[in-house]
Amino acid sequence: MTGIRLDHLTKTFSGATTPAVDDVSLDIADGEFVILVGPSGCGKSTILRMIVGLEDVTAGDVYIGDALVNDKAPRDRNLAMVFQNYALYPHLNVYENIAFPLRLHHAPDNDVRTRVERAADLLELDELLDRKPAQLSGGQRQRVAMGRAIVRDAEAFLFDEPLSNLDAKLRGQMRTEISRLQNQLGITTVYVTHDQIEAMTLGDRVAVLRKGGVLQQVDVPRVLYEQPVNLFVAGFIGSPPMNFLPATVEASKLHLPIGDIELAPDLAATTAGHDVLIAGVRPEHFEDAATLDDERKQHGLLFHAKVDVIEWLGSEQYAYVPFEAPEQVRRTLSELATELDLEQMRTQLVITLDADTRISEGSDAELWLDPTRMHIFDPESGENLTHGRGVDTRSLTLA
Amino acid sequence: MRWNRKTLGWTVAGVVIVVYSLLPVAWITSLSFKQGDDINNQQFWPTRWSLDNYRTVFDTDLFTSALRNSLGISLIATAISVALATVAAYAIARLEFKGKRAVLSTALAIAMFPTVALVGPLFDMWRSLGIYDTWIGLIIPYISFTLPLAIWTLSSFFRQIPWEMEQAAQVDGATAWQAFRKVIVPLAAPGVATATILVFFFAWNDFVFGISLTATDRARPVPAALAFFTGETFFEQPTAAISAASVIVTIPVMILVLVFQRQIVSGLTSGAVKG
Repeated sequence: MTGIRLDHLTKTFSGATTPAVDDVSLDIADGEFVILVGPSGCGKSTILRMIVGLEDVTAGDVYIGDALVNDKAPRDRNLAMVFQNYALYPHLNVYENIAFPLRLHHAPDNDVRTRVERAADLLELDELLDRKPAQLSGGQRQRVAMGRAIVRDAEAFLFDEPLSNLDAKLRGQMRTEISRLQNQLGITTVYVTHDQIEAMTLGDRVAVLRKGGVLQQVDVPRVLYEQPVNLFVAGFIGSPPMNFLPATVEASKLHLPIGDIELAPDLAATTAGHDVLIAGVRPEHFEDAATLDDERKQHGLLFHAKVDVIEWLGSEQYAYVPFEAPEQVRRTLSELATELDLEQMRTQLVITLDADTRISEGSDAELWLDPTRMHIFDPESGENLTHGRGVDTRSLTLA
Repeated sequence: MRWNRKTLGWTVAGVVIVVYSLLPVAWITSLSFKQGDDINNQQFWPTRWSLDNYRTVFDTDLFTSALRNSLGISLIATAISVALATVAAYAIARLEFKGKRAVLSTALAIAMFPTVALVGPLFDMWRSLGIYDTWIGLIIPYISFTLPLAIWTLSSFFRQIPWEMEQAAQVDGATAWQAFRKVIVPLAAPGVATATILVFFFAWNDFVFGISLTATDRARPVPAALAFFTGETFFEQPTAAISAASVIVTIPVMILVLVFQRQIVSGLTSGAVKG
């Protein structure tokens, strides 16, 4: 087993003017489970295909262990890959599909049998060994594809959106399955997905990529969620997504459509000179004021708003509060939405409330916002000006 | 009601076509079982069924040697042509190289070239090269005339096979050749079978080259040999014997179709990828 290192990896397809993968450096430790995530067209699959050798590298280096593999053929890299469409061999039965990599290396028959049976056992495929791929369901095909990957001692596993063809329920099961398998085998794994929930739940570390193949942030899921480096990562990670509010600074006061917040001196210095800012707040950092004690109420921003729509999900509910945003912020948010493959929606707050809260649709509610959990972004560069501050530094206090 | 009418229409049309195409075959078969003057009995069926004609045919060196020639030449030409076409079609379907279009259009041009126009020059060339009236002298034109057809057929089959199949094989540790042999060729089996049948038919049925480029029993194939059949006496037409020979010649073709029938049934690639 070995780590994988990408060193200033760049890929420009012939005929294209802009790179598909732009100067990506990433160090994947031995046994680590790393997710490459981003909206479609962000080059995540291209990176994976460069690692496995199906795509030539334009510039930069790929190392597997200590070996530079840029010019090695896929078969010499000893990596196992699970394709999005499974790519099972339709003329072979499940047993031979799994045995295929071993047969290529002329492994003796009894060795093949023990290995295939072990893989089949691990993936609960024992009963299906005689079937042809055409006779299998989507989930079963997926498992066969994984069996083919784990049957040999590969240096690392590569997954290219392996769950995107499965229905929602099966996807959840297979996600757990993959997670369990990786824990059990402890093999270095690179996993590509566009689904941020998959990314957050599976990965030891998650690498977020943006259109044009630019790496935005690589970190453990918790840090990505709590300390996004920029507007893109903040908007991409989290469901429902982070709320973005237009904000203006006056002296050390941050003016939001829902109220004013006093900035800590150092933050006031950073934000000085910006006319307009974007404040980011996660839906769960709002509360129904009625449910809070006085102590907590005082440490947050209380505001009144008209709740447009309520979505009750049983465990929690989402409240939607529309607000007006100035043109510049609107434009930035619209661009962001396009890039995140989202529909451009009206500017509104999404607020996660406790399922017991009795706020009704169309009513005027008193809500509460925790300013310590708020992020402030520069609308031009998208940079997170509050990044690096611990969530408990209390840099933001009430006005 | 409408459905029934439609089905009826199709059934009638099907029967008409089958009768139309099988009638000559049935007639020749019936002729081949008629003995002596019985061919003039003015009936469809023989008055008395007899295997005499088949005996006669197998007793003539003319026919047995022709059958041997035909089988040998056709099988060799088919094997070489299909093997070359498979490799060529794979390259055309998968690789980007200069002159790819030129190769394809040249192939098409060759396929459209009238064979008769080539017979004269070939006759002269083969004589000076010393391969006139030899197996190889027939195998070469058969290969060159069947290759375009086989390449076109096969490349369209290869194009249908998802790229990911090969990429998966390569990641699994296969060389390009192994991926081709163990994954692509089996998947293209219906295509290979189709090409094999088409090529074999061409070689097996050819008359123009067969009669022009041969002179003796050494290489003369069956279709050409049939023209040299003679009756028992000068006044007797060898119709019945020729019929028997024709029936015999049809048998390998039928066997070939039956063998490959299963392969030709498509849908082998279903289940390879999400479907």
